[in-house]
Amino acid sequence: MIVTGERSAPLAAAAVTTERPATRGYVGLPVDRVDGRAKVTGAARYSADAAIDAPLHAVLVQSTIASGRITEIDERATRAVPGVVEVVTYRNAPRVPSFPFAFTTPVSEELAPLQTPEIKYDGQHVAAVVGTTFEAAREGAALLRIAYEPAPAELDAGTARQVDLPEQYFGQEAQVRRGDPEAAYAASEVRIDATYVTPTENHNPLEPSVTVAEWRDGELIVHDSTQWVRGTRAALAKHFGLDEERVRVFAPFIGGGFGCKGFFWAHTAIAAMAAKLTNRPVKLVLTREQMFTSVGYRSETRQRLRVGASRDGRLAAVLHDTLNESSRVATFVEAAGGVSEMLYDVPNVAISHRVARLDVPSATAMRAPGEAPGTYGLGSALDELAYACGLDPLEVLRRNHASVDPSNGLPFSSKHLLACYERGAEAFGWSTRPREPRAMREGDELVGWGVATATYPAMRAPAEARVTIAADGGVDVASATHDLGTGMYTILAQIAADALGVAPDAVTVRIGDSSLPNAPVAGGSMSSASVGPAVIDAARRARQRAIALAISSSDSPLYGLPEDDVETADGSMRAKDNPARAIAYGALARLNGGAIEALGGAAPAEEEKYSFHSFGAQFVEVRFDEELARLRVSRALGVFDCGRILNPKTARSQMIGGITMGIGMALLEETVRDPRYGAVVTNNLADYHVPVNADVPAVEVEFVEEPDYALNSLGARGVGEIGITGVAAAIANAVYHATGVRVRDLPIVPEKLLGTPAS
Amino acid sequence: MRGFEYVVADSPASARALAGETDGARYYAGGTTLVDLMKSDVERPRRVVDISRLPLTAVELRGDAVRIGALARNSDVAYDANVAARFPVVAEALLSGASGQIRNAATIGGNLLQRTRCTYFRETRWRCNKREPGSGCDALDGFNRGHAILGTSEACIATYPGDLAIALCALEASVVVEGDGGERAVPLDALYVQPGERPERETTLAPGELIVAVELRAVPWYARSHYLKVRDRASFEFALASVACAVRLDGGRIAEARVALGGVATVPWRAREAEAALAGAAPSEETFRRAADAALAGAQPREHNAYKVELAKRAIVRALRTVCGGAA
Repeated sequence: MIVTGERSAPLAAAAVTTERPATRGYVGLPVDRVDGRAKVTGAARYSADAAIDAPLHAVLVQSTIASGRITEIDERATRAVPGVVEVVTYRNAPRVPSFPFAFTTPVSEELAPLQTPEIKYDGQHVAAVVGTTFEAAREGAALLRIAYEPAPAELDAGTARQVDLPEQYFGQEAQVRRGDPEAAYAASEVRIDATYVTPTENHNPLEPSVTVAEWRDGELIVHDSTQWVRGTRAALAKHFGLDEERVRVFAPFIGGGFGCKGFFWAHTAIAAMAAKLTNRPVKLVLTREQMFTSVGYRSETRQRLRVGASRDGRLAAVLHDTLNESSRVATFVEAAGGVSEMLYDVPNVAISHRVARLDVPSATAMRAPGEAPGTYGLGSALDELAYACGLDPLEVLRRNHASVDPSNGLPFSSKHLLACYERGAEAFGWSTRPREPRAMREGDELVGWGVATATYPAMRAPAEARVTIAADGGVDVASATHDLGTGMYTILAQIAADALGVAPDAVTVRIGDSSLPNAPVAGGSMSSASVGPAVIDAARRARQRAIALAISSSDSPLYGLPEDDVETADGSMRAKDNPARAIAYGALARLNGGAIEALGGAAPAEEEKYSFHSFGAQFVEVRFDEELARLRVSRALGVFDCGRILNPKTARSQMIGGITMGIGMALLEETVRDPRYGAVVTNNLADYHVPVNADVPAVEVEFVEEPDYALNSLGARGVGEIGITGVAAAIANAVYHATGVRVRDLPIVPEKLLGTPAS
Repeated sequence: MRGFEYVVADSPASARALAGETDGARYYAGGTTLVDLMKSDVERPRRVVDISRLPLTAVELRGDAVRIGALARNSDVAYDANVAARFPVVAEALLSGASGQIRNAATIGGNLLQRTRCTYFRETRWRCNKREPGSGCDALDGFNRGHAILGTSEACIATYPGDLAIALCALEASVVVEGDGGERAVPLDALYVQPGERPERETTLAPGELIVAVELRAVPWYARSHYLKVRDRASFEFALASVACAVRLDGGRIAEARVALGGVATVPWRAREAEAALAGAAPSEETFRRAADAALAGAQPREHNAYKVELAKRAIVRALRTVCGGAA
């Protein structure tokens, strides 16, 4: 048996807000985070805090050419550093295979680490220096001398020789045609033809990626900051030729991921390789600089949008052609065109996605992949259309509202986008907005308001959970899911408490351990919708067993009652007509030999009947100091339709985080590679600008709480990613409204607005 | 980071002695610049001399000057009543720099010697004449959005990153330096050296010399001074362009002016041409624009930083308009 999993703190004293209304239960209440105390006191053990005795420390060395090969490695100075015990390179690394991405073995790159001298991109791992201390390993890494023979490198998506036209991305069609888009566009009364560019962006979670790897009796134990413990387990098993049962992956707490920890990256394998070579546990923490090349990024997109409409703003055609970049060893489609297929009621649509293969690191999913840049392109184009038609931009969104999914003709499972527009407009004061740009001014500043639609698909995947009722009445909920700071610990405790009729402080949640019942990647905003129903199922089964025991055991006060006459409340089973006739869950567990346990599961069911999406409306106010080209967001309001909200407090935090990230996307964030060498030159948080508090106004979030029971029994859709969508468009539209300048490439930095006349 | 020897000084004299014993010694005060650069292997001191405990933290009024100890913390100086009242530009510059946490750790002397944010300097993989003399400069034709347009050379275009020094430059402050010959006062604009062909040499300090204080003459009209910083983020961000200025108004005219620029030059940049354009002129938009044009007349932009010419001009105009108050 290996190590025990981390446990969440019980709900206990933290949950001060859980006055339980008789009719509702705990789901839907703004319960405090059950892991909040552990996090603020430092008791929460993140991957780098894994309780491993005296691990060795590995520091990665990365390629400084974009293409070519290693010709020489001089390890002498490195090995002379006291404390350096091993230098792992392609010359001595354990042999591991390369294989393409599959959902069963989700490797990000088809490039086995440290196997050959070939270099595919600047930043590729070429060595790991292992030392008894981090300091020794770092000094050794600085002293490693590697000579390269560079080959010509292609670094610009615009001139790439190899441009793929993928058929699909994550099961969606990548090349889409509907109706006769070219003819409809040509015949349109109003036409917009514009290209929108979003730059390469990095996730920059607070916690860098970490792997602590240990081999014990032929088993591999890994503490890894991953959004997918089962995926990491499968990838490691395939790398090292092991049965999956001989690999165990822990990720009890994750300090943010946003997609960069969703799939498997090379450093995790390298940590395990180093542990194997040295026969010692090895801890490997990526540096902030290394995070810019080692765990993916959101690709730049170049989106040409041709939008044709009648003068009243009704869309006739949308042609959305988008190009993104990826490496020689991965194809990742940044599917910006996807939104044009389903978001508005358009009869004629053409969407193309192309991927330029370059000598650059590999792209991956970043918060709302596809939708985040896609809603910027489409949201900007519709704003341009509104001005071309002389219409209010929000009115154009309303007029093109799709009441069924135009991509497949299916009804939406639950769609309340019009309500989002309405509530947002009311709360924001939209009706007082003058249509013309440059019409609002306050002091030295121009003021502008913008709006855009938010959207993200509602997905779910098969999931399992185990519920165990112990002799003391405590409830253990276990599933191999994850909490990236999202609130998963908390909502699973709420869900289990309601399903069993116990107080939530009796529930302990265990997640982030690959040996627990299966759960999907914490990505695609699907964890709550997938794992929540599995917990309900397991809890119902456990409750069923408890009732069966209560009525069949002669030691029970409920002995002989019909099943239907028993109810559960406050941690007990009791007779409906006589609450005093009761037995506690703990006592039933003792009758059952100490525990009542049930495994449950849930899987998608009604996929064929409905189209599942979440929606929202983003309203933004900007202030622009024209003389200094100084732009700030002064108000932001998001109104979202995400089904039932399981915990308004954690859901609201997710949305505020998404909107904040959207502000960064619109105004600040850009990963710049040196155009000659292909190395990232903004590889730190001084040069890559994420918003600071002063950049973020008080963000307001509202939910249109309409449950979506077609998606699952909780009525909940995910809330992880939709928050960022539409934000950049709303800001760019507000900038146009304030200044009269349409910025079609992000981020909107001062030099792009200097051309406006100084007042 | 390389291994290094750590020693603690208990007086300025012992600090200099400890630094003088070894080539490649560095003084350590707040550590906010040095430690970062050691971690990234750019600074490789063999010995680190900790001066943080020396009694150099006082901010005192001495006759017609304010003397600020080199180890006074940025935040303490910014909120010092004498500094805030007599030299608003200094307080504003300090508070516009870094974050609250860093200002609480950073010291005045160390802040003046803060090193450039040029990304090609701060990573050892790149060619950099400042870091490795004679190796070349990858910034010249690289990503140079943040780089200097004034005081540059074919060897280096790295921007001086600080805020405080810009304000001190405008107010003609001096640094008090202790060396083998005792104390000497160095006017601020004689402290810094433009890169020329030797960008590795950033100051006129001799090896082992220690900044012990900054002295500011309490000229009455310095109370009419202002620091304006334009940057990407609203906080915790280096300047794209910044302006420190002070004016003496007399009978509806600008009798004297001091203007210095940050974020756009290789050193704290005294804009004497702008000062000349302002002297004797009536404060007006035309005057301000003329001064701004004069300040940037010698600008040499490169591929990604051409916007700084116009941005700096507008910042100068705004700062002058602000500091002249309703007089314009």
